[in-house]
Amino acid sequence: MRQVTHILNKEFKDYFVSPIAYIVISIFLLVTGWFFFSTFFLYNQASLRNFFDLLPLTFSFVIPAITMRLFSEELNIGSYEILLTMPVTFLDVIIGKLLAAIAMVGALLLPTLSYAITIAFLGKLDWGPVIGGYLGALLLGAAYCAIGLFASSLTRNQIIAFIIGMAICFTLTLIDKMLFFFPQILLGVIGYLGADNHFQNISKGIVDSRDILYFLSVVFIALYGAKLAMQEKE
Amino acid sequence: MIRVENVTKYYDDLCAVDQISLDIQRGEILGLLGPNGAGKTTTLRMLTGYFLPTSGDVRVKDFSIRENILEIKKLIGYLPESAPLYHSMLVYDYLNYVAHIRGLAHDRRIPRIRQLVDLCGLGNIMHKTIGELSKGLKQRVGLAHAMIADPEILVLDEPTSGLDPNQIVEIREIIRRIGKEKTVILSTHILSEAEATCNRIVIINHGKIVADGSTEALKQSAHQQAVIRLGLLNADPDEAKSKLAAITGVKRVEADKADNDGLLTLKLACETALDLRKPVYQTIKATDWVLMEFQQESRSLEMIFRELTKEN
Repeated sequence: MRQVTHILNKEFKDYFVSPIAYIVISIFLLVTGWFFFSTFFLYNQASLRNFFDLLPLTFSFVIPAITMRLFSEELNIGSYEILLTMPVTFLDVIIGKLLAAIAMVGALLLPTLSYAITIAFLGKLDWGPVIGGYLGALLLGAAYCAIGLFASSLTRNQIIAFIIGMAICFTLTLIDKMLFFFPQILLGVIGYLGADNHFQNISKGIVDSRDILYFLSVVFIALYGAKLAMQEKE
Repeated sequence: MIRVENVTKYYDDLCAVDQISLDIQRGEILGLLGPNGAGKTTTLRMLTGYFLPTSGDVRVKDFSIRENILEIKKLIGYLPESAPLYHSMLVYDYLNYVAHIRGLAHDRRIPRIRQLVDLCGLGNIMHKTIGELSKGLKQRVGLAHAMIADPEILVLDEPTSGLDPNQIVEIREIIRRIGKEKTVILSTHILSEAEATCNRIVIINHGKIVADGSTEALKQSAHQQAVIRLGLLNADPDEAKSKLAAITGVKRVEADKADNDGLLTLKLACETALDLRKPVYQTIKATDWVLMEFQQESRSLEMIFRELTKEN
């Protein structure tokens, strides 16, 4: 557990040493800020609905950008060999990296709290969905981070890792909007696979164990995939 | 200290290391020699726990790599080839990070880093990012990284590759200094380096050990041949050849054509058991040749290496 914190610290600090963190945060805030506030006054409602509606889509290209370097860079410069010959297990490494990415997602979401505070001044804000929304955002972020980690473990090229991660995240986000392409029997299953659906449930303020379980399973499967991919490399 | 038992490693169908067994004692500086692709790095990676062997076992002290890999990792400091360190970190941050992961106590961390800064000469670069360091400096940071927890065993993969001659001498000096108290295993394909730093040499080829012994023992190994090299002025090649070949114990004489100054270079292959310097000198003294060079060569490590790793 101690090793996990050391790796988490190092990876999290790394984001802010390089320009990645600042670029990603700026882009994220610009995109979400623009889409949210450009229609906010038309709707004339004191809620963060629109912000959370859009979040899965923005996350699916922002988060792979955060996670793309986590394994790819190590593989590329060869530092993975150094990391793994220090007294750490693979589990320490992957959990540390995942937590660092989730912390980065937290840092991404932190400034958006100001939206909520601003709106609370403008009208009567219902805090329930807001808290649910942020909880959901973290769960969704964790799932996408794990997917990004998996993509990063596949290749030593960060750009390829980004594109693979984005492709998977987009698929999970949009799949439940494309149900009419699939045969009747599969609808239930594929509907369940969509991340957006689960996220919207939580962001309405309904915290259901099924949705939480969904996100945790995505994390688990993606991390397991990453483990297999890294083992293959040895 | 370290016992390698019948270790084999396959990469898919390719057999990189084939049934290697080794016993390494405390305080040895062991040089792992071999041509490119002989399995040096693979062997070191298994020793350090980067991956497990396909079959066989590595035991360090009482720990087996299959059961107590974490304990073994704690005992070993490892510097992979060309020091692949995180480019974006500062040297100080990096060493501090490694000290944390290696579990150095809080009050030991800074003094230990100071010590290593002195030992490896990192004083001027602590505030630089690793990416902007030259290869030699990076290698030194890597060395500091490997030694930070004061491990009992130090494994270095090609520690001097890509360095300039001055840096090579410095790194060797550091390795020798460490080797006084620790067990050091280093791989290299530079023979003079192994000769200069190691007290035991293992040569591997195609994943198998083909020679194992101290530098001296290897040089005196079985089919040895002593060679005497002569430089003569005023001598006729054929006459010199026949006269020198007549000395008992000389097996073969090779003469190069005399160069522009009339210097004739001869190579005498001699039987090992006899020291032929005296009779050779006396033969020359009896003629009116002028002796310009006289040198006895023992079989160099290079020759042994070439012989053992020759492709048939």
